[in-house]
Amino acid sequence: MSFTLTEEQSLLRDQVRAVCDEHAQPEILRELITSNVGWREELWRVMGELGLLGAAIPESYGGVGLGALELALINQELGRAVAPVPFFSSTCMAAEAIKHAATPAQQAQWLPDLASGTRIATFAWAEGPGSPSTRPLSTTVAGARISGAKMPVPDAGVADFCVVLADRKGEDTLAVVELDQAQVGRTTLDGFDELRHHAEIRFDDARCEVLEGASGSAVVAQLFDTFATLQAFEQVGGAEGALYMARDYTLERHIFGRQLGSYQAVKHKLADILAALELASANALHAAASPGNTIAAATARIGSTEVYETAARENLQLHGGIGFTWEANCHFHYRRARLLALSLGSIEAWTDVLIDALADEADPSRAA
Amino acid sequence: MSEQSQLDEYRSRARAWLAEHAAEYATPREFSEAELVARSKAWVRKKFDAGYSAIAEPTSAGGAGGSAQQAAIFAQEEARYHTPTFTGVSIGFAMTMAAVKRHGTPEQYNHFGTLTHRGDITWCQLFSEPAAGSDLAGLRTRAVKNGDSWVVNGQKVWSSWAHHADWGILIARSDPTLPKHNGLTFFLVDMKSPGVEVRPIRQITGNSDFNETFLTDVVVPDGNRIGAEGEGWACCMTVLATERNQSRTGGSGRGDRPGSVRALIRQAAATPRDGGSALDSQAARAKLARWFVQEQGLKNFAARLSAQAKTGDPLPPTVALVKLISATLLQQTQAFLMDLDEYAGAFSTEEHDREEVFYQYLWSSALRIAGGADEVLRNQLAERALEMPGEMRADKGVPFNELPY
Ligand SMILES: Cc1cc2nc3c(=O)[nH]c(=O)nc-3n(C[C@H](O)[C@H](O)[C@H](O)COP(=O)(O)OP(=O)(O)OC[C@H]3O[C@@H](n4cnc5c(N)ncnc54)[C@H](O)[C@@H]3O)c2cc1C
Repeated sequence: MSFTLTEEQSLLRDQVRAVCDEHAQPEILRELITSNVGWREELWRVMGELGLLGAAIPESYGGVGLGALELALINQELGRAVAPVPFFSSTCMAAEAIKHAATPAQQAQWLPDLASGTRIATFAWAEGPGSPSTRPLSTTVAGARISGAKMPVPDAGVADFCVVLADRKGEDTLAVVELDQAQVGRTTLDGFDELRHHAEIRFDDARCEVLEGASGSAVVAQLFDTFATLQAFEQVGGAEGALYMARDYTLERHIFGRQLGSYQAVKHKLADILAALELASANALHAAASPGNTIAAATARIGSTEVYETAARENLQLHGGIGFTWEANCHFHYRRARLLALSLGSIEAWTDVLIDALADEADPSRAA
Repeated sequence: MSEQSQLDEYRSRARAWLAEHAAEYATPREFSEAELVARSKAWVRKKFDAGYSAIAEPTSAGGAGGSAQQAAIFAQEEARYHTPTFTGVSIGFAMTMAAVKRHGTPEQYNHFGTLTHRGDITWCQLFSEPAAGSDLAGLRTRAVKNGDSWVVNGQKVWSSWAHHADWGILIARSDPTLPKHNGLTFFLVDMKSPGVEVRPIRQITGNSDFNETFLTDVVVPDGNRIGAEGEGWACCMTVLATERNQSRTGGSGRGDRPGSVRALIRQAAATPRDGGSALDSQAARAKLARWFVQEQGLKNFAARLSAQAKTGDPLPPTVALVKLISATLLQQTQAFLMDLDEYAGAFSTEEHDREEVFYQYLWSSALRIAGGADEVLRNQLAERALEMPGEMRADKGVPFNELPY
């Protein structure tokens, strides 16, 4: 197992960074918030042209056929820029769910459009307050029909279809639902992070297609491990963005006749964040290289969630009053870090996943 | 044969060799200091004879001329045993050899490398002084050139295991008229030289692992100078970087070694509390999860560094985080082991032998200081990795002999 990036991987990362520098500048983010648009179609189109949306989709389904690490690296750069695109919803969650749980015929049906970016998808699991393991699910599938309500669902407003976690005869199952049908209602939510719009979706005996490749709670748990691993990279990227924003500002700002960044209180704060970030990044890489390993995924999730929140908060703090202004860029990470800390289950929920997995490993009789 | 199958074969040969030659170390054993030293040297010699000492180093320097992967494989296999390694061996293999290889001549490396890797000699580190610890470059021990040799006078302190070491790595001031970092020179000193006196210091553990070392008119041949005159600081940096990196290579072999977070979880699950176990507490879980994230992070970070490391390249500045994180982690996890048993956790009884926990908790306090204290490491991370400004220095650019203190 190697953790050094290949030349192709470094090039990919640089390419995504360059695209974000152009299409996800802070001015663009501010404008998107003001106009209440919530995503940048232009950036999405460019990403599609570059093949980034099909990075981890097999070539036979119209993708580029790269690995999980490439997908993760793209996500890391998008996280650094707080890029306003439904990449995590469509390319990471929906496409990965289809790869995990759909039959080959179903994959051939859904994946090519996601790979090209001509269609956008999302993934719906939450039903109000609760963690990914909260049961029973009130959204139910019977035959090819689905009923219930999901909230919050990310990027639901721009999505064409949605992979929905639902109950079928007492078993967790995943179903694809076309959102443009009369039996589906979408209500935009008033969200904390205005750069990633969320909605509530209601299904009233809507048409759906159950993913028949795999189902059950173990499959769903595995899927969340994959999501957590991929999002850990988004969080690591965000933490990097916030850390270096803080570093750069403290070098420019002079207080009491010296650079703010020359004070030890400031240096030590950022050194601690850097140390936590290096560990989080190493854990994320390890998780990406160990698919199906719940312990590795939960470890990555917890570390990257914590470091992103800390970096985002301390970045704003080090900016002083200006950090609290709309014109400074601290608020993008400050809000995004909070959203991501909740979007796949809280630290507390993942702590239980991790500790239970470790305890089961020590005493297999406990797991039964 | 593919590279992988060659490595697999190397591993099974190493495993078989260890099964035969390390059998007596399959379980931990207690030795007297003198016996530990003797056994450590004998163990190095045994490995040397079998081609398992300094595996990745050239044979001209007493190594086995193998690859870094082979060395890593052997280290993993050896980590299954409790083979004797007293500090004088690790100071020699890692820290001393890093400096001699990088800053010394090939002849010096071959000569001292062979002696070290064969188990003939062990080493101690003569850096710190009463007035120079974190501020090491403030050291006062003088080295005065006299023909083909140097005469050294001064006092070193905290010299670990110097009372059992054959040789020492010494940093001394060769030119006090220069600003303090510039006037330093690095030497290898035979601890049996006349004028070297080692006195034990009692530690908070009750042991005396470290010493005061007095140097009085000690003669060091110029041939035992490493690097140029005045290049001593760079040599020290090489040694310290290696020292700070050491905890990353040690002991990652078994996930369930005592004190690992997995072991803590097992112990918490086995500790009855209010009808359930101590692992039911959300507060305990939160702490354990955070520590596990750090422990795994250190392991995965180490794997990353190894993958990046090309022989001879300096380590990235972020390596300072390894000791920074692991020392505090040890302090916190050992305290947790005591907490599990509440009041009784502060006592070692026949039923519950807690001596090891007590020792590790005490030792963690030394780890946070030795080889770069926490605050110094944070400065390094900020200055070298984040490229932030250095500390304000009252002594900057001032000749050493004009400093007020
Ligand atoms: C168990 C043990 C073994 C050792 N073995 C050896 C050995 O074999 N050979 C050897 O040469 N040395 C050895 N040492 C010495 C060790 O390297 C020093 O103790 C260490 O460098 C700290 O120096 P000091 O003790 O003088 O503390 P000081 O430098 O006086 O530090 C005191 C406190 O001040 C803090 N501090 C220092 N500078 C700053 C700053 N700029 N900003 C903020 N805070 C600061 C430190 O972090 C520390 O908390 C050993 C020490 C221990 C504990």
